[in-house]
Amino acid sequence: MSTSSETLKPARSAVELEGITKRFPGVVANHDVRITVEPGTVHAIVGENGAGKSTLMKILYGMQRPDEGRIRVNGEEVVFRTPGDAIRAGIGMVHQHFMLADNLTVLENVVLGAEPKKAGRLDLATARARLAELAEAHGLRVDPDRLVEDLGVGDRQRVEILKVLYRGARILILDEPTAVLVPQEVQELFANLRELKAGGLTVIFISHKLDEVLHIADAITVIRRGTTVASVLPGDVTARRLAELMVGSELPTPQTRESTVTDRVVLGLHGVTVTGGDRTVLSEVTFPVRAGEVVGVAGVEGNGQTELIAAIMGLRPLAAGRITLAEEDVSTWSTRRRREAGIAYVPEDRHREGLLLEAPLWENRVLGHQTRPPARRGPWIDRAASRKDTERIVAEYDVRTPSVDTLALALSGGNQQKLIVGREMSGDPKVLIAAHPTRGVDVGAQSAIWGHLRDARAAGLAVLLVSADLDELIGLSDTLYVIYRGRFVADLDPSQVTPEQLGGYMTGAIAKDQP
Amino acid sequence: MRSAALQRAALTLAGAVVAVLLAFVVSSAAIVIAGGSPVTALQAMFDFGETTVAVVNAVTQMLNRATPLFIAGLAVAIGFRMNLFNIGVEGQYRIAAIVAAFVGGQLALPAPIHLTVIILVAMVTGGLYALVPAMLKVYRGVNEVISTIMLNFIALSMAAYLVRGPFAGGQEEGLTTSTPPLPPSGQFPNANFLFQMFGLPAPRGTGLWGFLLVAVLVGVVIWVLLERTRFGFEIRASGLNGPAALASGVNPRQMVISAMVLSGAVAGLIGLPEILGRTYSYGTGFTPQLGFLGIAVALLGRNKPLGIALAALLFAFLDRAATPLQFADIPPSVVSIIQGAIVLMVVIAGEVTRRIALRQEERRAAAGAAAPAPAGVNA
Repeated sequence: MSTSSETLKPARSAVELEGITKRFPGVVANHDVRITVEPGTVHAIVGENGAGKSTLMKILYGMQRPDEGRIRVNGEEVVFRTPGDAIRAGIGMVHQHFMLADNLTVLENVVLGAEPKKAGRLDLATARARLAELAEAHGLRVDPDRLVEDLGVGDRQRVEILKVLYRGARILILDEPTAVLVPQEVQELFANLRELKAGGLTVIFISHKLDEVLHIADAITVIRRGTTVASVLPGDVTARRLAELMVGSELPTPQTRESTVTDRVVLGLHGVTVTGGDRTVLSEVTFPVRAGEVVGVAGVEGNGQTELIAAIMGLRPLAAGRITLAEEDVSTWSTRRRREAGIAYVPEDRHREGLLLEAPLWENRVLGHQTRPPARRGPWIDRAASRKDTERIVAEYDVRTPSVDTLALALSGGNQQKLIVGREMSGDPKVLIAAHPTRGVDVGAQSAIWGHLRDARAAGLAVLLVSADLDELIGLSDTLYVIYRGRFVADLDPSQVTPEQLGGYMTGAIAKDQP
Repeated sequence: MRSAALQRAALTLAGAVVAVLLAFVVSSAAIVIAGGSPVTALQAMFDFGETTVAVVNAVTQMLNRATPLFIAGLAVAIGFRMNLFNIGVEGQYRIAAIVAAFVGGQLALPAPIHLTVIILVAMVTGGLYALVPAMLKVYRGVNEVISTIMLNFIALSMAAYLVRGPFAGGQEEGLTTSTPPLPPSGQFPNANFLFQMFGLPAPRGTGLWGFLLVAVLVGVVIWVLLERTRFGFEIRASGLNGPAALASGVNPRQMVISAMVLSGAVAGLIGLPEILGRTYSYGTGFTPQLGFLGIAVALLGRNKPLGIALAALLFAFLDRAATPLQFADIPPSVVSIIQGAIVLMVVIAGEVTRRIALRQEERRAAAGAAAPAPAGVNA
């Protein structure tokens, strides 16, 4: 599939990477990467998590230096030592995680670090004129005087793009720009990108969402295991073919087969309300999770999902309502008691809540299970039994590790997550609270985790799935709720719903009362 | 299979050795600046005396110094294990020592019970005094560093007041005062038999303090508690990752209180080797600063009982060297410089070895993950 971007080369490519290799101790992050980006195009770079996209972009943006290979920008060979060098060469980066100061206005954020001065004083008038000009030219509408903290995600992203343009960038790198956006916002972003392209700018678009890539890109380069495996044109490939190039094998699908939902309610929420400060962050949420059922919760992050999970796990007190586990009121129970009673938890941030990074795997197996066998024997931690059970998890869940004494931090995200899922499935849980269970893991681990969730559901586990991955939600859930501003605003049938519909509820564009 | 763990331990040890060597290099420079010769200084430090009796006395002096330092290091380490900075060990041991000495002086009991009561009083006092900052932290969010420092001032002044006032004993000798002396039943027998077992002469004076054996026992108990029990695991988990411990059902309030109180209870023992072994009362000449030195010892020992024991011995060795250094015309404050340099180097070396270890680990995992996997696509 290595088709011919080499054969028909116009005089000057915007960016040309030739034989880029970057080694980290023991790992080759990039190996002989070759990419040619034509000017005035949107060039997508796709690959699964951990394929080496981020390293490559860090090299192109001067954050890391390649061990081998050449970079040419507009036909001239360059060596970047710092991002400053890259910016001077006209390359700008829009990071996945926004780097904006919330307490400053849009205008202040844009000029931050590149402030125009007149007689030693900040010259905002010139900056304002320049910003207005840029916004006009590229169709990036934002009010320069609004505080960034008041802006939505889409607007913030536009500010980031403006910030880069303000510094004179002609080549934009966008790192997973759609990860934080809902479908409507993605459409707006794409409209913006088309305008940028029309204005002669070059966009390098990093993503693993194949539909989007096919939709917006003029050319696509696929990276697998640190090297470029194919350069294709979107018209020549299907999403499935692209995915196969990325994974190098069959693509997993999140489809659940026949329903295993029973009528036995395991976890019940009844008018659960959580307050934070004087604000209600979760408002009168009522729903059941039945044995053998996966209940999905969709929503833009920050609409109460975190609080919902914290309330169920006993990490935050309820302001009103109650939570039942197998018809027993557990509202006042401690986290430990809830865990012992059979609530398992895959946290959304595994490094923050799920692992002791500097402890060996077997100790991570004990975490959260320190009061139950096999980890516990009287007041003691049963080290031998914990080790043995960790070995079982490593084998059953295909955790790639040299031994159970390896420190958790040495594992890749996918393997860490498989260990967590394996741990939480241990000890016969009744309910599994899974928050973003496949976030930041590679496709192989993702399909494995989906498989485990499906098996557990078939075995009668009640699962609450909170996710930002709409395909995951639609594919796995038996019941799907949408959470918006702390309320459940919709109860949808996952087999009928479209991503557009979901997006509408998630952004509040469609309002509907909870049935 | 456990080679990974072994290798980590070896690396830690190597780091500590390098740190001590570097510290001696730094100290040599200080000695040269002070007009001495590093070689003479080193010889003086290792000069334990000519006769067997002198050597036994020197070793006794070192062990008697190491015992309270070891207990102090343990007390600090319990807190450090869960990122709880109990700077208040200093105050806790002083207040515990004076209360225990006073209570012990008031009682007349058979020896084993008398000693047990004194030890328990010291532990309870130290524990209760540490409960104050623990409660302040849990219920009012007061940083334990600040509250324990403040409580140190209170403890020191309170001890100074008590020894002159309510707890003062009968006899006064000039400016020094002390609590009433312990009766013989409250005096800990010495451990000179350890020397006699090897056919060595008994050290002079009060001999080798028998409390050394209690300290070793405490060390073993703490090791078992921290490394093998559920409680120890929860302390460790809280220290490594607070939010993860919370999500795993560890009650952070309960952990703060129990770790702090345990730390204070062990701190309560620091003054006892001296009181039960030599002075038999708490006086104005009571050895100060052991709590603060305990912080350095715990750091040097990397919060592990065995490491703390080695660190306490090293510090005691250096402290003992102060006198011979003076004979060799080298300012004894060189010892403080060496101690300071060691702690600094150990902290640096600790961070460096930690990073090396992590990198090794990642490399091993990357290599190991690729090898044993029978078939798969992801790395």
